[in-house]
Amino acid sequence: MGWLQEFYNQNSSTINFFGLNAILGLSIYLTLAAGLLSLANAGFMAIGAYVSALLTIHGHWPFWAVLPGGALVAALVAVPLGLPVLRLRGVFLAIATIGFGEVVRLFFINWDYAGGALGINGIPQQTRWYHIFGLLLVLLYCFWRLRGSRTGFAWEAIREDESAARTMGVNTTFYKLLAFVLGAFIAGLAGGLQAHLRFIVDPNDYGFGEAVDILVFAVVGGMNIFVGPVLGAGLITVLPEALRHLRSFGIQPGPDRTLVSGVVLLLVILFLPRGLVSLFTEAPRSWARREEPVAPPA
Amino acid sequence: MLLQLDAVGKAFGGVSAVDGVSFGVAQGQVHGLIGPNGAGKTTLINLISGLMRPDRGAICFDGQRIDRLPPYRVAALGIRRTYQNIRLFPAMTARENVTVGQHTRRTDTLLERLWFSPRVAAEERRLRDEALRLLARVDVSDLAEVRASNLSYGDQRRLEIARALGSEPRLLLLDEPAAGMNGTEARALGRLVRSLVGDGLTVLLVEHNVRLVMEVCDGITVLDFGRVIADGTPAEVSRDEAVIAAYLGTDDDQAADVQETIATLETAAGSLIEPAPAQGEAPRPGAETEAR
Ligand SMILES: Nc1ncnc2c1ncn2[C@@H]1O[C@H](COP(=O)(O)OP(=O)(O)OP(=O)(O)O)[C@@H](O)[C@H]1O
Ligand SMILES: [Mg+2]
Repeated sequence: MGWLQEFYNQNSSTINFFGLNAILGLSIYLTLAAGLLSLANAGFMAIGAYVSALLTIHGHWPFWAVLPGGALVAALVAVPLGLPVLRLRGVFLAIATIGFGEVVRLFFINWDYAGGALGINGIPQQTRWYHIFGLLLVLLYCFWRLRGSRTGFAWEAIREDESAARTMGVNTTFYKLLAFVLGAFIAGLAGGLQAHLRFIVDPNDYGFGEAVDILVFAVVGGMNIFVGPVLGAGLITVLPEALRHLRSFGIQPGPDRTLVSGVVLLLVILFLPRGLVSLFTEAPRSWARREEPVAPPA
Repeated sequence: MLLQLDAVGKAFGGVSAVDGVSFGVAQGQVHGLIGPNGAGKTTLINLISGLMRPDRGAICFDGQRIDRLPPYRVAALGIRRTYQNIRLFPAMTARENVTVGQHTRRTDTLLERLWFSPRVAAEERRLRDEALRLLARVDVSDLAEVRASNLSYGDQRRLEIARALGSEPRLLLLDEPAAGMNGTEARALGRLVRSLVGDGLTVLLVEHNVRLVMEVCDGITVLDFGRVIADGTPAEVSRDEAVIAAYLGTDDDQAADVQETIATLETAAGSLIEPAPAQGEAPRPGAETEAR
């Protein structure tokens, strides 16, 4: 096990950020699975990060309590936000949720109690790798069990045809809000874990860029099954680190590396439109499902 | 009356799509709803299923007002529908489509699924078997694991019926279920509808295939320009002057042919009288998507 320990020591930040990004990817997968193109999760992550950091520093709450505390506040914010906003569809919902993210960022920048534009410093580093990956495993298990459940089918039906779902007895307002709020809770957990991993919370880390990054995890990895966003988060977190080793090939850090990352992402999107996950599954929707027969001519 | 409409009206902008429509459907009957294109049949189905709210009038199901309920509540009361422009869940398999239809009968919670509750597993097995039986009943059982979008047109129409039956509804609203089907398929559909009624279901059937309507329905309501112009048994309706005029125009030249045409409708033994392809199938953008 010595080599494993050494590997972790050398790459711990990459490994932990992969885990956090995978959790964020799952949080956006939830809303995408219900047909909602929401970019609010960076904002919910900020709420989870700030609230948990403040609870630790000023409230002296134990670590196990600040994480759900922060996530709960994020989820509570999601309810009144989701009720009006989830009536919007497609790109209109995306724009409204981007607006929400900006409001959150500006709120924290102007909130002096939380450090204003500087954010919060000196948060005790309490997050360990097993917190992150323990949560990731629990979530993966839940997502796996969600498939085929009443709720899972309701979300899939809404994504496929919302009106038809309503006339099948699906309370679409409730299920859309459920996806939105659960996604907010998971993003809030990720925010809390991240705050207690990095010592700091910086309001500008949760802007539009982060919101898009989270979406990219799902797009690159694939949105048809929950392992997709985890794979996407893996590629996007590991790629820049892997490229670091390309220095010996004359590729410089900075612009060059960003360029190479961008090209790799473009290639994935062009050649694997259903995401990395489609590499592992020919049947387009599921890795557990067998090859589909094609309908014989009628 | 299981379903009772009372002076129901609905206008789109200046167009009065449904204008003071009243009729009832008795328990255990197949009730036909016919009329020329644009008569307001689909709008009426949208109103009953809750996708649209009437501007005026009342819709009662089993004695209860349903015209202010959201569609999922109407569905929960036992009213299910199919769509004129097929609206399956295209990426799901045939069986999964029926599973969504069973939504209101499932009782599993995520927590129970997390610990593999035997109760939930048993319920899933039971509903899965039932979904397969429903697929067999509409003749698509060998296609249970095929994506809905890969099914043929007729199979998609039948699958929509199976999906609607998944909830064990009391009232089934069928919006042109035979559109695009050949004569043999349409006759099989007629037998299916009768057998469903034999099991206690009530059916409101919108259909352009006049022969199918005449054969299958116990009562018929005829709409034209959003108004009821006739209501009665198939025999009564087929002799009604206003109906004949609405279908064939009031042109004098045609008047002589009318009785002959009607006689053909009633006695035709060979091929079914098909609507022109443009009828019934014409996708009207927004007609069914714009709900509320
Ligand atoms: N959502 C809508 N918005 C505006 N007008 C509509 C809408 N739905 C229906 N209409 C109009 O209402 C009238 C009745 O339409 P409806 O679809 O109910 O007719 P129909 O009897 O089903 O016809 P068809 O036999 O062609 O299916 C038509 O004039 C139609 O253009
Ligand atoms: Mg119609």
